Amino acid sequence: MVLSKTASTSDVSIHSTFASRYVCSSLPRFKMPENSIPKEAAYQIINDELMLDGNPRLNLASFVTTWMEPECDKLMMEAINKNYVDMDEYPVTTELQASSIFIIFLNRCVNMIAHLFNAPLGESEAAVGVGTVGSSEAIMLAGLAFKRKWQNRRKAEGKPYEKPNIVTGANVQVCWEKFANYFEVELKEVKLREGYYVMDPVKAVEMVDENTICVAAILGSTLNGEFEDVKLLNDLLIEKNKQTGWDTPIHVDAASGGFIAPFLYPELEWDFRLPLVKSINVSGHKYGLVYAGIGWVIWRSKEDLPEELIFHINYLGADQPTFTLNFSKGSSQVIAQYYQLIRLGFEGYQNIMENCRGNALVLKEGLEKTGRFNIVSKDEGVPLVAFSLKDNSCYNEFKISEMLRRFGWIVPAYTMPADAQHIAVLRVVIREDFSCTLAERLVLDITKVLHELDTLPATLSTKVLNASEEKKIETQREITDFWKKYVMQRKTNVC
Amino acid sequence: MVLSVVQTPEEISSSAISSVFASRYVQDPLPRYRMPENTIPKEVAYQIIHDELQLDGNPRLNLASFVTTWMEPECDKLMIESMNKNYVDMDEYPITTELQNRCVNIIANLLNAPLASNKQAIGVGTVGSSEAIMLAGLAFKKKWQNKRRAEGKPFDKPNIVTGANVQVCWEKFARYFEVELKEVKLSEGYYVMDPKKAVEMVDENTICVAAILGSTLTGEFEDVKLLNDLLAEKNKRTGWDTPIHVDAASGGFVAPFIYPELEWDFRLPLVKSINVSGHKYGLVYAGIGWVIWRSNEDLPEELVFHINYLGTDQPTFTLNFSKGSSQIVAQYYQFLRMGFEGYKRVIRNCMENAKLLVDGLKQTGRFDIISKERGLPLVAFGFKDTNKSLAFELSKALRHHGWIVPAYTMPANVEHMAVLRVVVREDLGRQLVEKLVSHINGALLELDETTDAVPKISFTVEVKSSDEDQHHESRHDHEGSLHLPTTSIHWKQDKHDRIQKKVHISGGKTNGVC
Repeated sequence: MVLSKTASTSDVSIHSTFASRYVCSSLPRFKMPENSIPKEAAYQIINDELMLDGNPRLNLASFVTTWMEPECDKLMMEAINKNYVDMDEYPVTTELQASSIFIIFLNRCVNMIAHLFNAPLGESEAAVGVGTVGSSEAIMLAGLAFKRKWQNRRKAEGKPYEKPNIVTGANVQVCWEKFANYFEVELKEVKLREGYYVMDPVKAVEMVDENTICVAAILGSTLNGEFEDVKLLNDLLIEKNKQTGWDTPIHVDAASGGFIAPFLYPELEWDFRLPLVKSINVSGHKYGLVYAGIGWVIWRSKEDLPEELIFHINYLGADQPTFTLNFSKGSSQVIAQYYQLIRLGFEGYQNIMENCRGNALVLKEGLEKTGRFNIVSKDEGVPLVAFSLKDNSCYNEFKISEMLRRFGWIVPAYTMPADAQHIAVLRVVIREDFSCTLAERLVLDITKVLHELDTLPATLSTKVLNASEEKKIETQREITDFWKKYVMQRKTNVC
Repeated sequence: MVLSVVQTPEEISSSAISSVFASRYVQDPLPRYRMPENTIPKEVAYQIIHDELQLDGNPRLNLASFVTTWMEPECDKLMIESMNKNYVDMDEYPITTELQNRCVNIIANLLNAPLASNKQAIGVGTVGSSEAIMLAGLAFKKKWQNKRRAEGKPFDKPNIVTGANVQVCWEKFARYFEVELKEVKLSEGYYVMDPKKAVEMVDENTICVAAILGSTLTGEFEDVKLLNDLLAEKNKRTGWDTPIHVDAASGGFVAPFIYPELEWDFRLPLVKSINVSGHKYGLVYAGIGWVIWRSNEDLPEELVFHINYLGTDQPTFTLNFSKGSSQIVAQYYQFLRMGFEGYKRVIRNCMENAKLLVDGLKQTGRFDIISKERGLPLVAFGFKDTNKSLAFELSKALRHHGWIVPAYTMPANVEHMAVLRVVVREDLGRQLVEKLVSHINGALLELDETTDAVPKISFTVEVKSSDEDQHHESRHDHEGSLHLPTTSIHWKQDKHDRIQKKVHISGGKTNGVC
């Protein structure tokens, strides 16, 4: 709305934005400013500051989508003032029950994704699932459902139910640890080992006890993109269940892999085709090809979602069921997901995933050709390339990561979790917008970086060898600072 | 990215010539259960979805919602530019993270958090007040558990004391995090939590008392100062140290601007955390909330996760992880653009429009105004007539004009009342209010003339022979023919009864209002 009085006293519209008084005064950091300023000035100030943020497209660390078609952007902007909850949904709503077009779209998304995962649904039977803000929320909801179901069963059997636990690999994403911490479930982690960076199904099944609410397998490990062997886990767990009668179920965290496996590896059995899999979560904002802010969780059937977790609210005068952690939120991402599903269709997604896999291969081969790296990621999995130095005595992966920033690339380096903490890797995620040319460019830049690091003077490298464990980080920082200065001095091209 | 194969050559020739609406894609039924096999052109996908969405209501006429439905185009522009930034990549987007921190500081200062100047406040941006409340509740629960464990006392039955007028997210928090919800029941004429009764309900297992600034039902502000004083006394006697949380989802961006002398925030010593919704009177689109803690001690360190994500150490305490950055940028834009005077002006306008609506409703003589003058800019009203279904009927009648004005039954112990509620947002201008009043008047007339009754019309059928037949009979032959006397059928219509149909809302708890 146009405010009656936007500018105080003197007329600011005469001066240009950049010469106006607003850009002279410092920006509010702690207190709300007293006066209003013209909207153009506000826009310009914030826009200019945001230019210092990294370029999302060059962020090779993130799985999250960074490009969508302009038509979709348009749809998202048109929907930005729609509050998702004004059209909230029941986990199972038929199109007849739906109160708005938005809900119909949401349900269609849920149904399409459920079918993609081979949920055992009858013809025109509605799937059970919800849209969430991301896989974190999705996992918490799935975990809650398992916890409640297990508690009810134990209560009925007259057994104690205060110590639920969940079995996962040590490679889980942080949201599982959050779930465990916030909802008071013990996390039993299957440790990794050198060369085996995912959850070992055999060890996992050994760790299952009567208090286990579920076993969580990951399709598309964050660290190296590998798919865990869910089929093997399922078969071993079935045997154990037969012996013990505990009926422990499986949840598949397919945050990244859920939109890859059905298109590239359709014969891989990891989803509802396996009888013990009771719920699956997938991130719409990763390979679902939507901007950040949308995830999905699908349950096998109504029985897997305890009714008592569903709230019935008196909204707009009608009874409306709801089962999500968040309430009011934007609806743009759901519409964007629906757009992608019908715009691309099965063949479109397949084409894109195949392109990604192809580009990953180009990058992998380029890196192998340098002869300096071990490729830690497998060919089958999420299209990403995780690699570590064959020889990290003189410099390590963190330094390479630091140096690549100079070219604008954001390639993260991190150490593996227990028990492989001595391994560090660099990881490049191949998203839809990472083309073959960019892959070749990256290889070129990495080669340049290696070249420069090779000419590192000997004195500094011995310092690295002598540093003690505690001082390692400090020394690394010193070294990278030195190299920053060294590199700045040698920079000759200006544009 | 442009796909390598979007359409086969035959399809290209046909679809390029024909217009979007005449293309084959609009003839084929839309996929409902399975992903479609083939790709379709992007213009078509856009048009199909855009067209269908037009059937959804206009968010601006939804008077049920507090959530912002209009922002300036400059802000829209900023939002679309930030849409592809994943907020959680703090290292990659340091400015966006900085903007979040500034917003937290600004809000903390607005709420009079006891901070040294230029010190970073303790708080976080969330997706909405639901997440904010869950985080605040978790912090209280963990703190209480630690305290009880240290004292060697049992800590398996935490509870929280609130009014029965709480928004549904408190009930969600209670159920999902296994905390008992002890509700202070309402009473006729008193639709918020009674501080005295609340303090009585506090026991050693109470993790906190939650007060609402801006009740969802009537927009009233609860007397947090009185609650604080009574609770401080009780704490002195019992030594339980029970804290207060203020759910200022709506009121947090109203009270500081038009009731600055009202003490409800961190000025009261027992208030340890406050949540506000950025997307209500914070004037941002849906998807942003804030929770501020008084100090470091009020947020147990064990709840904060330090993760090695994308290669750097990152502390995180939120339920959601990846999400868009648009709303955070928009919130900072609003703070910068509007400033204190801007927000004050907007809220004052809303209060004036609310008053205008109240006057219009009073003029009809049919309504009791339940919302107070001091509170949120909303108007809650009920019929003077005790017939509960009238409110629902009026709500339905107004839908015909496009307005969404919800009707609710009040929660325990005043379930016999039904109210209608109109939320006055920034974009409900004076002209629209006048239009609404005239539509309400029209709807009232409709209600009076035709009720919702299904009319029962009964007929009585009389069959009797007419007088003329007697003449005919005498003239006819008597041999072999069957004479049927002509009959006449009379019908008369009984006066129709009025039947009231009660609308039952069945199944499940329905007292959660939002």
